[in-house]
Amino acid sequence: MSEATTHDAHDHHDHGPAKGLMRWVTTTNHKDIGTLYLLFSLLMFFIGGAMAMVIRAELFEPGMQVVNPHFFNQMTTNHALIMIFGAVMPAFVGLANWLIPMMIGAPDMALPRMNNWSFWILPFAFTMMLSTIFMDGGAPAAGWTIYPPLVLQTGDAFPFMIFAIHMMGISSVMGAINVIATILNMRAPGMTLMKMPLFVWTWLITAYLLIAVMPVLAGAVTMLLTDKYFGTSFFTAAGGGDPVMYQHIFWFFGHPEVYILILPAFGIVSQIIPTFARKPLFGYSSMVYASASIAFLSFIVWAHHMFTVGMPVAGELFFMYATMLIAVPTGVKVFNWVSTMWKGSMTFETPMLFALGFVVLFTIGGFSGLMLAIAPSDFQYHDTYFVVAHFHYVLVTGAIFAIMGAAYYWLPKWTGHMYNETLGKWHFWLSTITVNILFFPQHFLGLAGMPRRIPDYSVQFAEFNMISSIGGFAFGLSQLLFAYIVISTIRGGAKATDKVWDGAEGLEWTLSSPPPYHSFSEAPEVK
Amino acid sequence: MASNSDAKLSTARLVTRLGLVVVAMFGFGYLMVPIYDVFCDITGLNGKTSNEVAVAPVIVDTSRTVTVEFDSTLNEAMQWDFQPDVRKLSVHPGEVKTVTYRVRNRMAQAVDGQAIPSVAPGGAAEYLKKTECFCFTQQTLNAGEEKLMPVTFFVDPELPADIRYLTLSYTFFDVTKVASNTH
Ligand code: HEM
Ligand SMILES: [Cu+2]
Repeated sequence: MSEATTHDAHDHHDHGPAKGLMRWVTTTNHKDIGTLYLLFSLLMFFIGGAMAMVIRAELFEPGMQVVNPHFFNQMTTNHALIMIFGAVMPAFVGLANWLIPMMIGAPDMALPRMNNWSFWILPFAFTMMLSTIFMDGGAPAAGWTIYPPLVLQTGDAFPFMIFAIHMMGISSVMGAINVIATILNMRAPGMTLMKMPLFVWTWLITAYLLIAVMPVLAGAVTMLLTDKYFGTSFFTAAGGGDPVMYQHIFWFFGHPEVYILILPAFGIVSQIIPTFARKPLFGYSSMVYASASIAFLSFIVWAHHMFTVGMPVAGELFFMYATMLIAVPTGVKVFNWVSTMWKGSMTFETPMLFALGFVVLFTIGGFSGLMLAIAPSDFQYHDTYFVVAHFHYVLVTGAIFAIMGAAYYWLPKWTGHMYNETLGKWHFWLSTITVNILFFPQHFLGLAGMPRRIPDYSVQFAEFNMISSIGGFAFGLSQLLFAYIVISTIRGGAKATDKVWDGAEGLEWTLSSPPPYHSFSEAPEVK
Repeated sequence: MASNSDAKLSTARLVTRLGLVVVAMFGFGYLMVPIYDVFCDITGLNGKTSNEVAVAPVIVDTSRTVTVEFDSTLNEAMQWDFQPDVRKLSVHPGEVKTVTYRVRNRMAQAVDGQAIPSVAPGGAAEYLKKTECFCFTQQTLNAGEEKLMPVTFFVDPELPADIRYLTLSYTFFDVTKVASNTH
């Protein structure tokens, strides 16, 4: 900010980035940090993806072929932790860094130095996390939910995993505080809250969720740590504790967390669809209120992950109805996206394809969520592949499709180059077809009773598992195409115009492509 | 310029406030532990039976009979034998009964054990009361030692009429390490 004020007399073009590697280590520029976050997330996406390939290879056929059961469990656990904390969350923070200042007409994030810290903690956290694979006893293998008492049997990896989670938490809390400070204090004159683009709105709400629940996760894992090493008995029955207590604390974090993973995606889709439907977003204010009520409700539904722990009927009913209530604001959103397209002059460039894929496939995930929310049926579905199918529809075809749509949508703005549209469409269709081959059969497996987190299974599940694995390998390969497109667009390509998309609205499109290193040193005019 | 430094000030204040929220939520995570405990205490959920000595009632409700089943589990790698002498018992609410568990240490060294009771269904937990129980204190068995451990209990006559079956389950935990830590 001080830079913005001291330099406003100069032409800002001659204050470009420092040269060399140190530019990236010491940078406090929101665009640089956004780039770092996005590239880090892409790397984690492939590391977590490689683990998923190991999982699908083992499940290709019944019996034990590729890895031993303990290693299999390490793969499922680390795949989830890396995808959630390493791929999806940093991708959203990267998008927030790049876009929020440009969308609200600010020169940078409010706390640039903290911004540098929150990114640079991450590589250390994940190096620590990944290094546990080589430790005595292997990496953590008790599932990403790290339930005691099982997780207390982890070997040397245990304290490293806990500290890695602490660091990831500190990083996201700092990122969240930065986002809130930027949005509340740095908007250009005239940019009232109800004029903010939806991506900014959903991120503001997400940031509040983050500062509310990441500390709770930090507390829960600290309790695990003291239970194991310092003789406390929070969750140890022998000392008067209760392992179910852990589940209550974890899911008090965990359910808001799943909305942290989807709200920014809602924001992205709400930016893309109006552009390619060439109509303003239908029901802007209802979108804002729907996002806020989803966030609020997410605090009172956590026990839908615990229907089978032996809750009283009153508890089952409360959490069942509360969960179903969330479907109402979610339905409002889907309705608004569809209404935005209604009678619009639609075109189907790659970002729009991903947004449409999101609307259709995320909704399938929402429906399977509703099935799981019915407490008596959840006794049958819980801990089966049906749950796995549910959360991959909302996370892969939900969160990750939105992130990819965002990458195609804003990449020309960020790099100044158009990506290859033909390849982009190939990437979309390959991903969409293979992701359904990968995850749709898992619904059937779950309904037929195949448990999750197992390396071997009864032969009756063989066919659907093989289909799912084939889909998995094909989906994994298709993502190499994404990496190729992104890298080649960074390196060159047809020159992108400032507006890029003729239906695009918003301040970021008034800047050049690529935007100057310091944008909006003088606040833009907001109509 | 002036407006800019104002914004800075308020940013500092905003960040402090958000930081306080973070600290408060960290504390709230810990606070959930006593909150849940109190909640379960009041409502009697969770199948947690109280480990307090109860006073036997005077009235016996002979108009109905409930079946109490006994269950025993060993935690993790605990090398004990642990079995109730009877599997189930029919009792009238209010009637005081004693059952014994046969416990033997198969290890070559002394082991401290702590038995943790649990009652199913959860809603019945507060009605199963014990006047004497081996779970009230830690039990130490020497290498190869065998003991009979009694539990004296009654079912509170207030037990809701729709509950006819109760399960009293004990899990023995090895607390040797914990015990030597605190000694
Ligand atoms: C209409 C909205 C939704 C409903 C009604 C819903 C309902 C549920 C229920 C009841 C479960 C527990 C199933 C079980 O373990 O037996 C569950 C699991 C899960 N949901 Fe959802 N859900 C919804 C949306 C979402 C969204 C948007 C996400 C994330 C982007 C998500 C991510 C997850 C995850 C990760 C799990 C599995 C957690 C685990 O056990 O590892 N859900 N959902
Ligand atoms: Cu949930």
